Amino acid sequence: MTNAPLLQVRNLRVEFGRRTAVHDVNFDLFAAEAVGLVGESGAGKSTVARALLRLLSPEQGSVELGGVDLLKCPPAEMRAQRRDLQIVFQDPLASLNPRMTVGDAIAEPLVIFEPQLTAAARRGKVAAMLERVGLTADMASRYPHEFSGGQCQRIGIARAVVLKPNLLVCDEAVSSLDVSIQGQIINLLLDLQQEMGMAILFISHNLAVVRHLSHRVLVMYLGKLVEVASCEALFAAPVHPYTRALLAAVPRIPPVADAPAPLPDRTLAADSITHGCAFRDRCPYALPLCESSDPPLLEITAGRWVACHRSHETLNPLSYAE
Amino acid sequence: MVATLSIDDLNVSFAHRTGRLEAVAGASLRIEPQECVGVVGESGSGKTQLFLAAMGLLTRQAQVSGSIRFAGNELLGAKAAVLNRVRGSKLTMIFQDPMASLTPHLRIGTQLAEVLVYHSGLSWKEGRSAAARMLDSVRIPDATRRLSQYPYELSGGMRQRVMLAMSLLCKPDLLIADEPTTALDVTLQAQIMELLRAARGETGMALALISHDLGVIAALADRILVMYAGRIVENAAAPELLRRPRHPYTAELLKCVPSLSGPRLARMPTLAGQPPQPGEALQACAFAPRCPRAAARCRVERPALGGAPMSQVACHFPL
Amino acid sequence: MSASADDAIRRLRASPAAVFAFLIIVAVVIIALFGPWLNPNNTQTLDWLHVAAAPTLQSAHWFGTDRLGRDLYARTLAGARVSIAIGLVASTISILVGVGYGAIAGYIGGRTDHLMMRIIEILSGLPLIFFVIFLTVIFGRSESLLFISIGAVGWLTMARIVRGQTLSIRQQEFIAAAVAGGAGTGRIIAKHVVPNVIGPVIVYATLTVPQIILFESFLSFLGLGIQEPGASLGSLIAEGVGEMEAAPWMLLVPGSFLAVLLLCLNIFGDGLRDALDVKEA
Repeated sequence: MTNAPLLQVRNLRVEFGRRTAVHDVNFDLFAAEAVGLVGESGAGKSTVARALLRLLSPEQGSVELGGVDLLKCPPAEMRAQRRDLQIVFQDPLASLNPRMTVGDAIAEPLVIFEPQLTAAARRGKVAAMLERVGLTADMASRYPHEFSGGQCQRIGIARAVVLKPNLLVCDEAVSSLDVSIQGQIINLLLDLQQEMGMAILFISHNLAVVRHLSHRVLVMYLGKLVEVASCEALFAAPVHPYTRALLAAVPRIPPVADAPAPLPDRTLAADSITHGCAFRDRCPYALPLCESSDPPLLEITAGRWVACHRSHETLNPLSYAE
Repeated sequence: MVATLSIDDLNVSFAHRTGRLEAVAGASLRIEPQECVGVVGESGSGKTQLFLAAMGLLTRQAQVSGSIRFAGNELLGAKAAVLNRVRGSKLTMIFQDPMASLTPHLRIGTQLAEVLVYHSGLSWKEGRSAAARMLDSVRIPDATRRLSQYPYELSGGMRQRVMLAMSLLCKPDLLIADEPTTALDVTLQAQIMELLRAARGETGMALALISHDLGVIAALADRILVMYAGRIVENAAAPELLRRPRHPYTAELLKCVPSLSGPRLARMPTLAGQPPQPGEALQACAFAPRCPRAAARCRVERPALGGAPMSQVACHFPL
Repeated sequence: MSASADDAIRRLRASPAAVFAFLIIVAVVIIALFGPWLNPNNTQTLDWLHVAAAPTLQSAHWFGTDRLGRDLYARTLAGARVSIAIGLVASTISILVGVGYGAIAGYIGGRTDHLMMRIIEILSGLPLIFFVIFLTVIFGRSESLLFISIGAVGWLTMARIVRGQTLSIRQQEFIAAAVAGGAGTGRIIAKHVVPNVIGPVIVYATLTVPQIILFESFLSFLGLGIQEPGASLGSLIAEGVGEMEAAPWMLLVPGSFLAVLLLCLNIFGDGLRDALDVKEA
């Protein structure tokens, strides 16, 4: 991995009316790495994805891709940058224009960014792309509704990678697919990633999937990053109480004999989240300090960032009662 | 002992422009009192249609044949009046999307009390206080205030709990839960699973848990049914099925579920191909195209569900 | 063709009323266009021998003649041609202008949308009749003026409908996908928005054609539209009203033509909406 990050996100803040969906998020992405972004609904993961692609306008912050701040550059420049930054959405069928053939959908980025290609050359690339994602070239003339969910997702991926972008954002890309199909799509993404040297930002609420796919993991809670770690480290020894609760809540096969009690509901009003730790109402380890002071995201060991006042304690697991 | 739910040779099909679509074919199962049966399947497995048939909730275009008996009484073809005595009181169902199941313009209290007024003959006042107690037991804080709220004022997790409360009000003998946690976050899912466990413990009701999530089923089920392309392909006690599945589909499905505890894999295990679209003509075993053990016989002859009552499998070459 | 079009056509075929109405419309159009060849009389020849003659198949005047001896068959068909032409031209204008206007306003949104909608509201506020009278006074009566004035107001509701459809399409994920893919606004409107609003556009266009025809007939009836020596179903009806007692066919023939045309267009439009709506839902 190179040292200079491919993507640098700083101080990202997105508000919807009075609700702050993303608070002051900072992270880097490096070339050719797969990063998982996990969290539950309301965490702001999809909002981050859309902010990165400037599909919405953040209140503040910068997203630098190769030195260009995507949030501040003029629209024409942004469109040019989109060549390197693509996205695959959650609902495979909804992300395809129902009145456009699949071939036209995949060809569209070529039409926009490589206008010098002849129609025949485009068709050739579309056919190659369809084959690459596990479909057949003759499907180019069909319409999205003729395909299954998994096939539609392959088409969405084909469209997203036809220009070989540097970064591919997958926003819950496998969440609506059957379990037996998920593996196929994930393997496809892994293969494409290695072939094209793409970075992938894989957003999911499914921790087990993220575990197998990512080099690094970012955990979000209510709009803030609460933990960043290498995949191995996070799943072997999660530090932030939310990450631990999240991992504990996933049902195992075969079932664990003494599953811990489920995390209680949120009781904080939305506007109380802005001061103090957003997780304090559900955290079994909360201190009065957590009410008054929002813990900053600090690097506690190399490559491991945690936003918790008690993070230093978890390095010695015995100080926590399980 | 009379089974709580006894389904025999159930077929559900729908008219389609190219013929008939079979959603469920030849399904037979029994749910004993107090038992929790998990029903696992992917798209096109027919698991939801099977239980919609039991509740009489299929659309008018559906053609149903076979027998569905609840506590010995035949439900298929029963008059609406007979069905309505049982549905909502002793045989209840909760669905994946609570927002779609709660009437948006009626207050929660009204919707809950209505169940008791209609089925148990309570007065509205008694109904409301029973509703408040039930909301408490499903751990909705501030129950009395919630009674006068509308569904849109509640979060997804809370609506699911309201739906659960509604289904438990008349102490049902069987609760059918169709993907009750699929739309919920994993922490909320854990809460709902805990509530289902507690409700079973308290009232001893039977539970039919339908899900594509094997983890959820593993946590709650005594027995697991696996469905594929409209048929039941395996039926076994949960620990047995999870440890030593006999049907190749079950085995492959278990392998495909990414785990948090095993070793990290460089590639995800996959099952090639995709589940058959409803309506694809299936003469042979529906799983044969994807089965690593398929032989010539599988492509010609459909295996029947056979074996001991607690360990059935529909396969010519079970594991 | 995408299957939604296939489905819609199949559903349409399954509705006997819509099919029947469609066939009658086609029949009327064919008769209006090719009918004159069956009967040699033209609209202007004055046949003094058969003034105000009743319709009869024996004579050359199948629909009879009017007060001046002109063949009613020829005149009615000429009138039908005018009505159909106006219906087609005005709906084409309303589609071309209305769809473009509505899609742009709906997609761009913000102040552009506000401005564009205010313009529509102002134009809608003008009473149509006074507008036409006003134009007639200034520019004098002419057929082209009629076409222009009807077309000029026909697009307003189409624009509103398309804007509404665009607003809901704009939220859909494939639009975000197109934006993320680098498509510019023009491309998105042309390739992603417009093809997906075609359904309601077709339905509405089919239902406005009878409204336009009726409006033109009404204008001609009032003496504002097509006048002598030209014929329009409306002006023929106006003449016929005057002769109602003496020569009722002068009213009944153009009147029934108009009524049948409008009825069938409305039935067909309803059937089309039902056929397309089921898919949209």
